[in-house]
Parts: sequence; structure tokens; C-alpha cells
Amino acid sequence: MATKTATPYTDLLRRLTGDEKHDASAHSTLDVLWVLYDRVLHVSPDRVDDPERDRFLLSKGHGPAAYYAVLAAKGFIPHAWLDDMGGPDSRLGHHPDRTLVPGVEIGSGSLGHGLGLGVGTALGLRAQGLLRPRVYVLLGDAELDEGSNHEAIAYAGATGLDPIIAIVIDNRSSTHGWPGGIAGRFTVNGWTATTVDGRDHDAIEAGIAARHVGRPHVVVARVEDKG
Amino acid sequence: MRETFIDTATALLDDDPRTALVLADISAATFAPAADRHPDRVLNVGIREQLMLGVAGGLALTGLRPIVHSYATFVVDRAYEQIKLDLNHQEAGAVLVSVGASYDGATAGRTHMSPGDMALLDTLGGWTVHVPGHEGEVAPLLRAAAATDDRVYLRLSTGHNAAPRPDAHRLTVVRAGGPDAPVVVAVGPMLDPVLEGTAGLDVTVAYTHTPRPFDAAGLRALVRTDVIMVEPYLKGTSAGFVAEALIGTAHRALHLGVGREDLRRYGSPRDHARWHGLDAAGVRRSVEGFLTA
Repeated sequence: MATKTATPYTDLLRRLTGDEKHDASAHSTLDVLWVLYDRVLHVSPDRVDDPERDRFLLSKGHGPAAYYAVLAAKGFIPHAWLDDMGGPDSRLGHHPDRTLVPGVEIGSGSLGHGLGLGVGTALGLRAQGLLRPRVYVLLGDAELDEGSNHEAIAYAGATGLDPIIAIVIDNRSSTHGWPGGIAGRFTVNGWTATTVDGRDHDAIEAGIAARHVGRPHVVVARVEDKG
Repeated sequence: MRETFIDTATALLDDDPRTALVLADISAATFAPAADRHPDRVLNVGIREQLMLGVAGGLALTGLRPIVHSYATFVVDRAYEQIKLDLNHQEAGAVLVSVGASYDGATAGRTHMSPGDMALLDTLGGWTVHVPGHEGEVAPLLRAAAATDDRVYLRLSTGHNAAPRPDAHRLTVVRAGGPDAPVVVAVGPMLDPVLEGTAGLDVTVAYTHTPRPFDAAGLRALVRTDVIMVEPYLKGTSAGFVAEALIGTAHRALHLGVGREDLRRYGSPRDHARWHGLDAAGVRRSVEGFLTA
């Protein structure tokens, strides 16, 4: 298990947030992001416009420090950009803008937009015969409160849109919760689902790999409850 | 106009592999032959307008050219934030094509009316808006829009003029008055009521099927003192554009269009035109009142 090993992003994250007190665990998305960029995504800084690249869509645009740290660690953006997040001349805002940050596929922040954009991206790739790239969409459990997600979940399931892999970071921050669990919201619509420890890198990787041909897949990544 | 749109969009799907069509059930049956031929590019998401716009944004990000179609109130009003963020903010292009303009769906009531669609798009900017006044204007406008990556809104109506004027991309004089005559600008299907309502008056009537981008230079070239805008959507939608275009010109302006009030009445589009003062008699009454004031 690769949990809590020193990673190249730890210092970058501190540089970004100026936060010496909290370690990486304060960032709910960090481990999933690292596994995606380190082990899963077919992307690299020299092919951000390659039609054959995988797409990663950060739908949950809140708290993107972990995202920026990983992008810097993987060479998509200069480390120096991390020193002025949210500043007047910074390209890195508290919600990311795809037109300002290389490697960022969508601008997000308003919740509930990424999955619909991801469905459209998967459909567009398929229509052009680009059958290898996959479309990964990162959401949060509270983000699922937005009804727009459920439009996308129902449609992707009904049409068996299997390039789609959703990852839901579950820190139990949804105000009214998801009785019966998050995975069921997807599986009832024809998705496959795996629930994993969102801090366990091997488990995250295996959960993503558990997808089936012909069905969209969701990985529910459990992390500590939001304090 | 709706039939022309369906025929033209179907031909675009056949001719250009970049074209994709996104529907939310509305008009899906009429596109069934196209869907049979192009199942990967004719996408009916069901009654899900937020998804319809999100899908369009995603398609555009992969390089396709989405055409998005529904009633105006569903494609613009209902999914406004998706237009703002999934298209404008992503720098993604699309062609939105609506039916049910303003009160075309009068018998269906307020839930199917959308006089504010233009005003909503004006809050975003970066949209080219076509409001054809005749079905003969629809196909060339749609074909030209499909060939770009711009954000284009094509607002189709059951209201129409007797003759097409496909070249009226900018303000085009249809009937010239005297050298200092007041200028009446008719947008889309408002032209014929304006021509009839101003018959015998010394006014210049200008027409366009493309109110955005606003033809500020064309308006400045025409207007001496008085300008009257007659628009088939919310009254005063272009007031700011007119004021800005004429900022250095002492002028008077009157804006006619659909009122803000929910009349809570059914009836026909003709009835609503009368109630909003947009039939020929209403236009004449307003223009005469303004010019003699």
C-alpha cells in the first residue's frame, strides 16, 4: 500500500498554500489526483492538444490547490506559478480556468457542470472514431446535490457510454446525505461501481481499472469526513 | 422556418462530419431519418436541457460543431448557466436553434413563452444572433453558422414577412424617407407590421435579421434625430446598444417590443402581437404618438 509515502507534490502543495501546519491529508482530492496523473492518465505536458489523450475534467473545482500541485509536479505548469495563487496576475485561481492553465480541460467551480461536459466529450471522441481515450470526471459527494449530475448519470448509463469514468470523492459533506450510498445512484442507471479508500493509492488504481466494456464506471473514493 | 431548419440541419449532418445535433426530445421524431444515418452525431438526451448544453460544450471541446435545438424557453432560459459556463466560459462554440419565439406558443401559455432570451444572451456577450424574418433566410444563416466555431443563436418564429431578405446581415434600408426622416428599425418578423404601420409616414424603415453583433455604424449612418426600434422580443433589449451607438448624437429613441408582464392569457400569436402593440395598428399608434410628442 502506497499511502502516505513522501511524494513529489508535498512541498509544492505547501508552497501553494503557504500552509505548514496541515499535511497532504487536508486535501481530499490529492491522492486520487496523484494516482490519476502518476499511474492512469495518458496525458503529458507535450500533448495537451493531442486528440488521442485521455481527458481529465475536474468538475469539483473547489480547493484546486492539490490539482495545481500535481500539474506542477508533472511538468504541466511552472513551479513558480504556485507562489501567487489567486493573485491579480496569477493564472491559478481558486477555481481553475482552462484558458489560463495548460493541461486543464475545463474551467469549473460552479458545481454540476463537469459530468455533462464529460458526456459531451466522450460522445465527441466516439463520433470521430477516437475510441482509445477515456474521460475521467472528478466530483464530490456534495456536488451530487446538483440535479444536473443526475441528468448526466441517467443518460450515460442508458447509452452505455463506457469512456466515462467518474470518481466521486466522498467526505460526507452533502447536507442531506445519500441514504443507501452514492454508488447506488449510479448502478441503478446501469453504471458499474467500485468503492475504495480514497487514500490508498493501489486501491484507487484498482478501482479505476475495474471498469467494464459497454458501461460507464464510477469509483467512490471514501476519505475522512469533512471537518 | 422549423421545416427549413430540419431540412438544412439534416443536410449538414450528411455533408459535414463535423456537424452534430443535440436534442432534448423536441423535434426528435422529425430528425429520426438523420439519426438512423448518423447515430453518433444525432444525440437526443431526453428531457434534460442542462445536459443538452453540457453535451454541446463537450462536443465542441473535441472539435465538433454542435447544433442545439429546443423551444427558446428551454434552450436559453432554462439552461442559462450552462450557456454561460459550458459554452462561453470554456470558449466552446455552438449553434443554438430555437422555436417558440416570444409568444409563438401562445395557446401553451407563459410556460412556453420566452421573450427574454435575447436579453439573457446579451448579459453574456460574444453571441451572434439571427432572427430571420422569412424561411428563405434560415438556410443560408444556418449554413454560415455551421461553418464557423462561433457562438450563434438562430431564433426561429412562426411570425414572418412576405418576402425574404437574406442579405440583410446589417441594417438595410427597405423604404427610404426624407433626408432627416425618423428611422424605424425592424428586426426579423417585425418588418411587415412596421411597413404596414408606417405606410404614408415620412420615415426610413431599415431591416436586419442579425441584431447581434449590433450594427452601431449602420445605425449612426442612418439616424439624424429620431430612432424607433421594433423588436420581436423583450421591449428595450437593444436600448443600451442604441444609446451607445448614438452617444455623440443628440437623439430621441423609442423602443417597441414584448412587455415584461405575464398577461396570463392564451389566444394566438396575433392576439399577443395586438396586446403588446406589435401589430401594424399598434406600431402606427406608438410611432405617431412618439413623432408628435
